[in-house]
Amino acid sequence: MNRPVLQSPIPSPISAAAVPAAKAGMFAAYDTPDFFCELMRRTDEMPPSLQTVRDRLAGFDLDELRHRTSTAEAQLYRLGITFTVYSDREAIDRILPFDMIPRVLTATEWDHIDRGVQQRVKALNLFLRDIYHERHVLRDGIIPADLVLNNPNYCEAMVGVRVPGDVYVHINGTDLIRDRSGRFMVLEDNARTPSGVSYVIENRHMMLRLMPDLASGMPLRSVEEYGLKLHQTLCEVAPEGVTDPQVVLFSPGIYNSAYFEHVFLAREMGVPLVEGKDLIVENHRVYMRTVAGLRPVHSIYRRLNDEYLDPLAFNPDSMLGVPGLVEAYRRGNVTLANALGTGVADDKAVYAYMPRLIRYYLGEDPILDSVQTNICAEEEGLAYTLANMDKLVIKPVGESGGYGLLIGSQATQTELDEFRAKLLEDPSNYISQPVIDLSVSPTLCPSGVEARHVDLRPFALTGKNTWVLPGGLSRVALRKGSLVVNSSQGGGSKDTWVMAR
Amino acid sequence: MTHTSARFPAMLANLNTLLSRYGESMMWLARYMERIENLARLLEVTEAFVRNPDGSPGWDSILQINSDEDRYAASYPLPATEENILAFYITESSNPTSIRAMAHMVRENARSARPLISTEMWMQLNVFTRSMMELSTPDIRRHGLSGLCNRLKQDCQTHFGITEGTLYRDQAWLFYLLGKYLERSDQITRLIDIRYHTLLPSGETSGSQMDITQWGSVLRSAAAYHAFRRLQPVTTTPANVVGFLLKNEGFPRSLMLNLRQVDNTLNALSTHYNLRHQCGPLQERIINLRATLEDQTAEEIISRGLHEYMTYIQDELAALQAEVSATFWPAAPVTIREEVSAPQ
Repeated sequence: MNRPVLQSPIPSPISAAAVPAAKAGMFAAYDTPDFFCELMRRTDEMPPSLQTVRDRLAGFDLDELRHRTSTAEAQLYRLGITFTVYSDREAIDRILPFDMIPRVLTATEWDHIDRGVQQRVKALNLFLRDIYHERHVLRDGIIPADLVLNNPNYCEAMVGVRVPGDVYVHINGTDLIRDRSGRFMVLEDNARTPSGVSYVIENRHMMLRLMPDLASGMPLRSVEEYGLKLHQTLCEVAPEGVTDPQVVLFSPGIYNSAYFEHVFLAREMGVPLVEGKDLIVENHRVYMRTVAGLRPVHSIYRRLNDEYLDPLAFNPDSMLGVPGLVEAYRRGNVTLANALGTGVADDKAVYAYMPRLIRYYLGEDPILDSVQTNICAEEEGLAYTLANMDKLVIKPVGESGGYGLLIGSQATQTELDEFRAKLLEDPSNYISQPVIDLSVSPTLCPSGVEARHVDLRPFALTGKNTWVLPGGLSRVALRKGSLVVNSSQGGGSKDTWVMAR
Repeated sequence: MTHTSARFPAMLANLNTLLSRYGESMMWLARYMERIENLARLLEVTEAFVRNPDGSPGWDSILQINSDEDRYAASYPLPATEENILAFYITESSNPTSIRAMAHMVRENARSARPLISTEMWMQLNVFTRSMMELSTPDIRRHGLSGLCNRLKQDCQTHFGITEGTLYRDQAWLFYLLGKYLERSDQITRLIDIRYHTLLPSGETSGSQMDITQWGSVLRSAAAYHAFRRLQPVTTTPANVVGFLLKNEGFPRSLMLNLRQVDNTLNALSTHYNLRHQCGPLQERIINLRATLEDQTAEEIISRGLHEYMTYIQDELAALQAEVSATFWPAAPVTIREEVSAPQ
């Protein structure tokens, strides 16, 4: 493994300019009050790889960086790497804003994340298997039965159904944040249909095209393998006895806002992208309609939520689904990835129990910390939350995408009062957490390079084993001071560099 | 289902996995791009060369070619004016034969087939269709009609070139070709039908005095003018022009050549993709159609009734398209039982 790193014959901008100090050049005015900065302020000694990135970046010219950014954004637009926003009768294609300054993770940091994510996915799968079969965890009183069995995402149709390899969560996205000390914490699990992995790979392509002078010679871990690994995973979990499984990606279709990602993944896997009308169930087996007639389908990577999959089983109004799909699945004739009913495991209230679930199933301490969580369904949690509203983040348990949450410290008195009323009306719909001062990363802003808050979503694939893509989606809150990184709320993204050493 | 996988190695079993929807999208993508290019050429030639008896541009003939008279008359007064024709054919999204509406259809089909088409194809179509859908009347005035038409032709031709150079040659490519050749066959018959009768009002015959400019415009509408000149340097008669556009074996938009290409494409689907069963009836149809063309001279076609023959061809092409749809993307899919018993 100890091969010398290839060095670029092209001198990097820094070697010519010879800027010595870290806070020079582009970073002259950079300030990171109180937050952990991914690039500048570390508790440990500055790792050499980060030092190199920082020194090279300091030598860049702001106008040059701006020019490259606009080139990148024009390319993303032309390539159609967009998500669609619908307003009235108009469909508007938007790009996810791309920041050219990468977010860098050292080999040590990554090793910690990799092990932590694997552990968490293992616990999620064991938990799901348990609650849809023996329910030991409920009988042993580790988690309230009510929270699980009456959870809106608990899926009755899955009770007693065996899935290949006991894998429920084949594709998982774990949202991580870092506190003031740089400690990684899990903010939430995404065990349904996590999105964003196409940006991880496309951002890297963009970076290598437009910032070759920054990336040259750096020991970056590749993100190219994801499509192959995903296909391999879906083959591994195909129904028993199928030797050459037909894998498909099941998309809601061209009007879905994440259609680009569906196309991207289908292409990377080399499998058909199907819509509901392309599939048909006969004799509890699933087929796709081809020009030569019906062809059997064995593994379905579905990018629709449970309730749209099958109008016979769930929402009868769903035009997107395939009648009979769920029964074919229950009989083991086809695999769905992710399994039905995984939403109960990434629920915001169940999240509070994850450390205990990890200890229960694996007999290990959690490798990744969680954010301390108060469950408003519990008397104690509600009382604490009501008494400390101005210091807490309060989230509805059923929502995602950063919708419907309250950040107490940033709310007006009226907003606090209104939220208090909502909370009292339906306490079990809420949890609260202390505000975590998310880490920041230098980001190109209209007035120069400034600190902006970031999070990280690594992606894990689980078939026979669990594999974590060495990279991840680094989302960045582009508004100054904002802690909400979601693309629907004005977030952008960065390339995530995982160093091999 | 396990029958297929047991009897065939993996590669063969997966040979026919082109989704029906993809086949349909590829076919219509090609048809609409061909149609846009054709309309651009018609608009340009009409502005420059096609004249009414009073010397004004003959906009009405475009309406006839596209069978759009009724829909046009519902929104605009007749006779057609340049301003209204341009609105109708370029910017009006409620008219399905307008550039904007067709660009929208191209976009929808390209998005649907995006998992299959090359990145280069998608990028060009993405930019092209978006700019066409945003086209406004001031844009047309600024560039002039001929400037706009040239740009349209160029963008369409760029698309065809990129496709030729980058699209993987499998069934998707063949359905694309099928759409392209069917559309060209249809367009050439419409052009001949309308122009022949507007230029030769009742009573006159193919031997009578003719306006060279007007017949030149017919050829230009099909990008055939210079090829024709090379072949027929001395005499331009209506029968010569009709014969060239219908029967020439070397001209890329002639009916003869395009019917042959349809035949070849079906043949490739049949032999290389194990679709004999599906392609048989379609091939029979096209072979009969080709025979009617090969067995008659242009003079014979004209004297027996050009309009009737063109109508017959158009009906046959429409029937072929309907049969392709029913065969490869049926609304009610074939049942499993048929599938298993089909000869392999």
